[in-house]
Amino acid sequence: MTVPSDPPATTAKRPNRLLKNWMAKLASLPMILTALVVFAGGTAWTVTYSFTGSRMLPRTNWVGFDQYERLWNTDRWIISIKNLGIYGVCSMVLTLVIGFTLAACLDRKIRFESAFRSIFLYPFALSFVVTGLVWQWILNPDFGLQSIVRGWGWESFTFNPLNDPNTVIYGLLIAGLWQGTGLIMCIMLAGLRGIDEDIWKAARVDGIGTVKTYVMVIIPMMRPVFITALVLIASSIIKLYDLVVAQTGGGPGLSSEVPAKYVIEYMFRAQNLGQGFAASTMMLCSVVIILIPWAYLEFGGKKRG
Amino acid sequence: MSKTLKSLLVGTALTAASAATAIELEVTHWWTSGGEAAAVAEFADAWNATGNTWVDGAIAGSGSTARPIIISRIIGGDPMAATQLNHGRQAQELIEAGLLLDLTDVAEAGGWADIVNPSSLLDACTLDGKIYCVPVNIHSAQWIWLSHAAYENAGLEIPADWNEFVASAGDLEAAGTLPLAMGQQGWQQNIAFGAITIAVAGLDAWKAVNIDKDADVARGAEYTAAWEAIANARELARASNVQDWNQATNMVITGQAGAQIMGDWAQGEFAVAEQVEGEDYSCLPGLGLNPVLDTGGDAFYFPVNDDPEITGAQKELAALLISPEVQVSFNLAKGSLPVRGDIDMSSANGCMQKGLGILADGGVLPSADIAFSQDSMLQIEDLMAQFWSGDMSAADAQASYAQLIEDAD
Amino acid sequence: MADISTNSAAGPRGPKPKKTFSRGNIFLYGTLIVVSMYYLLPLYVMIVTSLKGMPEIRMGNVFGPPMEITFEPWVKAWSEACTGINCDGLSRGFGNSVRILIPSILLSIAIASINGYALSNWKFKGSETFFTILIIGAFIPYQTMLYPIVIMLREIGLMGSIWGLVLVHTVFGMPILTLLFRNYFTSIPEELFKAARVDGAGFWQIYFQIMLPMALPIFVVAIILQVTGIWNDFLFGVIYTKPATYPMTVQLNNIVNSVQGVKEYNVNMAATLLTGLVPLIIYFASGKLFVRGIAAGAVKG
Repeated sequence: MTVPSDPPATTAKRPNRLLKNWMAKLASLPMILTALVVFAGGTAWTVTYSFTGSRMLPRTNWVGFDQYERLWNTDRWIISIKNLGIYGVCSMVLTLVIGFTLAACLDRKIRFESAFRSIFLYPFALSFVVTGLVWQWILNPDFGLQSIVRGWGWESFTFNPLNDPNTVIYGLLIAGLWQGTGLIMCIMLAGLRGIDEDIWKAARVDGIGTVKTYVMVIIPMMRPVFITALVLIASSIIKLYDLVVAQTGGGPGLSSEVPAKYVIEYMFRAQNLGQGFAASTMMLCSVVIILIPWAYLEFGGKKRG
Repeated sequence: MSKTLKSLLVGTALTAASAATAIELEVTHWWTSGGEAAAVAEFADAWNATGNTWVDGAIAGSGSTARPIIISRIIGGDPMAATQLNHGRQAQELIEAGLLLDLTDVAEAGGWADIVNPSSLLDACTLDGKIYCVPVNIHSAQWIWLSHAAYENAGLEIPADWNEFVASAGDLEAAGTLPLAMGQQGWQQNIAFGAITIAVAGLDAWKAVNIDKDADVARGAEYTAAWEAIANARELARASNVQDWNQATNMVITGQAGAQIMGDWAQGEFAVAEQVEGEDYSCLPGLGLNPVLDTGGDAFYFPVNDDPEITGAQKELAALLISPEVQVSFNLAKGSLPVRGDIDMSSANGCMQKGLGILADGGVLPSADIAFSQDSMLQIEDLMAQFWSGDMSAADAQASYAQLIEDAD
Repeated sequence: MADISTNSAAGPRGPKPKKTFSRGNIFLYGTLIVVSMYYLLPLYVMIVTSLKGMPEIRMGNVFGPPMEITFEPWVKAWSEACTGINCDGLSRGFGNSVRILIPSILLSIAIASINGYALSNWKFKGSETFFTILIIGAFIPYQTMLYPIVIMLREIGLMGSIWGLVLVHTVFGMPILTLLFRNYFTSIPEELFKAARVDGAGFWQIYFQIMLPMALPIFVVAIILQVTGIWNDFLFGVIYTKPATYPMTVQLNNIVNSVQGVKEYNVNMAATLLTGLVPLIIYFASGKLFVRGIAAGAVKG
């Protein structure tokens, strides 16, 4: 999950590495095949067919960049990108903040730590279909939170995010955070446990406050943990689909559409593979643009010792 | 029947040791709501009664969920024995790739060309003179369903057409009833759009746009009037916050809403709720103004299988699905119209009788499935979703719509 | 044994809170309890709803406790709810899910652990490149890979069999699991590996005799992640198998997404809880091991 800065010694010279490692290479064959055939091959296939006018079945009737031109002229795609942007930024920031804060709370030698931890983590065990359904229901104005608060006598209370085009994305966020923060909290907690106790002692001796110690000392030390968390959060954000389908179906109107849903609906409902592939190629491009430089820094090239 | 026997005997001979059991055919479909499931059960019972076995592969969630599954299975070389697909242009590429079974001999033996009415249904199954699917029902989308409970509650007369409904909407609202129930999904809003267009813009304009793809008509005055009517309908449905079509139908059933524009499949929901046409609800085909219906519907396709025994059974099933008794029992359960004009549907209720009457008078239109590719359909539905849920002006929507018609295929 | 590399996860490291009832402490517990309510609310709603009858649900108030407890929805979800014409609820999928889950977990974890081991101890030319491709693979929406995988499965003749599905789960579980195992094995002191090499131990000997016995915590993490992912999978299960082997989630989807007149929320919730039971039990049972394993796999390196 992480991206450890460096496994320093493993690359140590071994004589005749190319010859001697044949068993390792053989054992890595499944990984090599998966990487090359499934991921690289499948991606190349997708990109190739995004330049065709394929409809229901993949065909090689080339149309150049037509699919991309249409894509960027489609309102729904633009709305989807904006939504993913809002959701992505909010989700990234809030997941990290909430995850870290909860972990820090749990790390303060409290009672019932494992009970709290289980409570924060259990939503991760449920599928998005479930999450979407339950939250759809809790947020339902007629018998969910809104009606309860009104029942208490606050008649004008309005909390109906899922039926308001302007706020529906935050309704998704409430459910997404509920499901995803637990795992990040666990990772943060594990990271905090890896911090040497002497750091705290030193901070106390120097009279640095608790909050300040976290911000100034602890967080910078947890860089690999944060990177692991970022990878996990980012990959789940970009794949955001099931939750939307289960919770809002993209509605009201198009106001909670996301790119993955565009891809899937144009591939399978519109039976326009070319258009779907063009959209997924755009998604992939954005991932690659972000990931490649980072991957190069993390595990490519020569590392710092 | 002798064919059945023969195929059974052949089966026995081939699988000498194993018992001469029934042939299992796996059938994929997305009929999972109350009325739909009851209708499928009619097929399954009829098939099981022949001594064979129906293996049900229901997938809930309609098109986007079921279709990738169906297509993957077919191109993956391990297909189901039969599958539901809307007829129209959806299966053309699969046929061209040689993946679907040619049913021409079954169709000729059964004289489908003479019995299928309207004949356009069979045309939709035909490619290069060969027949590849069995149409099983006719669904039309141009219906409005009215709740008697809602109107009685408001002390109003039941409207006889769309204009009267619009006129009554204010009083309904005053009585605390939502005038128009509308599921917030593009395809439902598109159905409402189509029905209102036929009623307001008239048949000629509708045909010019939907069949001839004439973008100028879509920009013209008739369509301007239609879009204004739709903008008005949007306000009548403003407070409707359900998603699924049958949840919206349920609002009509329970009297929470005055009406819903939905296809004739809504009838199955009324039937499951044990409501009686004319007493608990009313239906107006063509919104009571233009008595025409489109003729969409469902069809079954049979992926090619290299086991001759299965192929035989597939053809047998194909013949069974269109046989008179099965057509009657299936369509009564589903609330759809039968594909053959030569059977006795006198046990059908009032709504279906209205539909049958329109069919007999030839008031048929091609369905959107046939008129547009799925791709164009989804783009139009996206526009509808955007329009109905927001504040897009009728003029803007009309311009976007006309552009889509111009690009449509 | 397992503690060799996880001793750092032994206990809380934060500053010691002062007194039991200090203001800070009240604030701390207060925050945790309020946040816990947000996390528990949906579970509470699910349980309460699943015990109510439909008439009571229609009266509104999702949060009220059931006035009359009924287990009818649970029975219905498990053995009576209809999908199409089969009215035997979730029960028909449970066995299938187990049959899919176990080989998928075994195969995917076996392969990923070997990958991680090879990547950390037996690097070869290009190994990091393959690994980078895998990680990028973690970001691809699965749906875009459906057709290429259909074609691949067809070519190797596994389309429609449970083994095809197992293979698919193995492939899509590989990026994250490989990352976990790679980080874990990297954190094991190099000296152990070198000493074994000096003694003449080979690739598999070191793997089975040294690495594997030390890897328990990370196996726990891998199992938890895979159980969650595979058990909750709907898309692959429905596409790469056939009705006789559909997993439980297919029935769940059918129950939840097909409305028979009124949405039967109580049955939906019961079905949901029943489906989620397996991963939930594993989570609650594994408890501390999970954090420990993550500490070892995610953080070090």
